[in-house]
Amino acid sequence: MRLTLTDEQQMIQTMAREFAESEIKPVAEELDREERFPHETVKRLGELGMMGMTIPERWGGSGADAVSLIVAIIELAKQCASHAVILTVNNSLYCEPILTFGTDAQRERFLTPCARGEKIGCFSLTEPQAGSDAANQQTMAVRDGDHYVLNGRKIFVTNGREASTALVFCQTDRAKGRNGVTALLVDKGTPGFSVPRTEEKLGIRASDTAEFLFEDCRVPVANRLGEEGQGFKIALATLASSRIGIAAQGVGIATGAYERSVAYARERKAFGVPIGQHQMIQWMLADMATTIEGARLLTLRAAALKDAGQPYVKAASMAKYFAAETAMKVTTDAIQVHGGYGYTREYQVERFFRDAKITQIYEGTSQIQKLVIAREVLGGDA
Amino acid sequence: MKILVAIKQVPDTATQVKIGAGGKAIDTAGITWIVSPYDEFAVEEALRVKEKRGQGEVVAVCLGPDRAKEALRSCLAMGCDRAIHLNDPAWTAADTLTTARALAAVIKQEQPQLVLCGRQAIDDDMGAVTAQLSEVLGWPCAAWIMEESVDADGKNVRAARQVEGGLEVFDLPLPAVISAQKGLNEPRYPTLKGIMGAKKKEIKDVKASDLGLGAEPPQLSVVALEALPPRPPGRVIQGDVATAVKELVRALREEAKAI
Ligand SMILES: Cc1cc2nc3c(=O)[nH]c(=O)nc-3n(C[C@H](O)[C@H](O)[C@H](O)COP(=O)(O)OP(=O)(O)OC[C@H]3O[C@@H](n4cnc5c(N)ncnc54)[C@H](O)[C@@H]3O)c2cc1C
Repeated sequence: MRLTLTDEQQMIQTMAREFAESEIKPVAEELDREERFPHETVKRLGELGMMGMTIPERWGGSGADAVSLIVAIIELAKQCASHAVILTVNNSLYCEPILTFGTDAQRERFLTPCARGEKIGCFSLTEPQAGSDAANQQTMAVRDGDHYVLNGRKIFVTNGREASTALVFCQTDRAKGRNGVTALLVDKGTPGFSVPRTEEKLGIRASDTAEFLFEDCRVPVANRLGEEGQGFKIALATLASSRIGIAAQGVGIATGAYERSVAYARERKAFGVPIGQHQMIQWMLADMATTIEGARLLTLRAAALKDAGQPYVKAASMAKYFAAETAMKVTTDAIQVHGGYGYTREYQVERFFRDAKITQIYEGTSQIQKLVIAREVLGGDA
Repeated sequence: MKILVAIKQVPDTATQVKIGAGGKAIDTAGITWIVSPYDEFAVEEALRVKEKRGQGEVVAVCLGPDRAKEALRSCLAMGCDRAIHLNDPAWTAADTLTTARALAAVIKQEQPQLVLCGRQAIDDDMGAVTAQLSEVLGWPCAAWIMEESVDADGKNVRAARQVEGGLEVFDLPLPAVISAQKGLNEPRYPTLKGIMGAKKKEIKDVKASDLGLGAEPPQLSVVALEALPPRPPGRVIQGDVATAVKELVRALREEAKAI
């Protein structure tokens, strides 16, 4: 088993690290405070070929492997979790399913501009009554000649306000349940498609989370991704892959909080010595270092399985679950290491703590990851 | 226009340098290696000259051990067209003059119109190679350059360097050697495409014998590396402000002899 990065993966890691430290770190705090989408840095990520990292060059991407994507996301999340999710949603939740399930004409139109980072895409599955129970889609698309007429409400769409196109899941045949779910690519500006509001959030505040309303919105049949009724399969396959990116986000958040804690433990003095010399601080740092390494290896392994064309659903869920729990625990302890200063905005670990929470919730809650893992473990018995 | 950039691989700026066992070299265990930052300015400038002219070739050259290939690959990822790796046990103890002679020999083979270097490498800060290289070549040299422009027909380069309170502007006939100072440009990040494409570009291995050079003993040999004595701890002057200031002034004048 190979546990080292290739030269190329290392160069991508170094580039992402330098970019994140020089360009993202200085603005992260302000973006968080002002809840502002980072147009400028996202544009530059696009120019560097990062917004469509795993998409082939033919379709405007960079043709990198999943491991490269993971190491890059970790580096971004070490400074700002919002940038990490903006990138992974565009690359993995929007571009990848179009690459896998789209026709060449759809790839040309909907994939290439987003893989180049000129435009941004989003993925809209969740509804007020369809979160963990994602198959319970209420948004309806009724066929009318060359169009579908779309009606319904979608919520919690990352990149939803900023995106030019949304990959929207809906019902085309309610009687068929999950086998009646269909995926449509809906352009912004299509009459009947509006974005009534965006959420105010605890964390990842530079990333927009939008609500979509569809009122007799006419979507050309040519914009259907895959076949009618194939939508749920597309959603599940897409989420299994992009989960590895959220795991990487968790690893990055945890690592960022940990590195800041190590630095603080060296410099802050209490009882005449740096606090890093107190055993209970050392204990926390040792736990942080160990769990982060575990989460990192699980995440890289899931990505490596994907690159090797091996089954990775269980590995991806394990990575996402463990990395999310690690991010939450590590950021909690990071504030502890920083004491009262950690609770204020001065040392950034407060932001990492708020950002960590979402990794336990989106793209399948920790509970849902355990369900997936248990199902894989027990086979057909669960 | 063909441009050659001479680069050096050096320890990352964040490295805590330790002296190695023999006392004549640093301990390289665990060091992250990078392209010396001033050399990155040189690479960036070479790429800009090429881009501005719409054609040309940028060749990166590095003298160093096997690991120096990584540095060359970073230059290729930034956009250099190809690389030459001067890698030979004969150069293990190379001093600046040996390095300059090896570079001059490559330059004679490659015949670039412009050679760019960093003003100094940030490991030993010697800053001698550029001057020695131009001397060996017999080419004009402008050092610590902050602004540069090659004229339209590629015959001359105008270069400016910062001097106390202003800029000093030169014209040099090409071929010439220029060394880059911070401020010349802002080096680009390698794009994903650049990184992915780097492995398809050539890194040519060159030995001393390929350049018709024999093994020559270095004229500068390191006698010893000595660590700086640890800094004495600071002193906090206690007491109310008026007395403390008096004591501070006295200490600065009588003990530190600073005022
Ligand atoms: C900031 C943010 C960004 C998001 N981005 C997107 C996006 O881009 N696209 C998109 O489609 N969605 C997105 N989501 C939605 C997200 O994926 C859902 O919120 C998540 O899947 C949980 O669904 P829910 O909120 O309806 O919670 P519920 O499903 O109502 O869950 C509530 C609680 O019940 C638990 N639970 C539910 N079912 C079970 C079960 N069977 N067994 C045990 N426990 C269970 C859950 O784990 C959770 O703790 C985003 C959400 C947020 C907050």
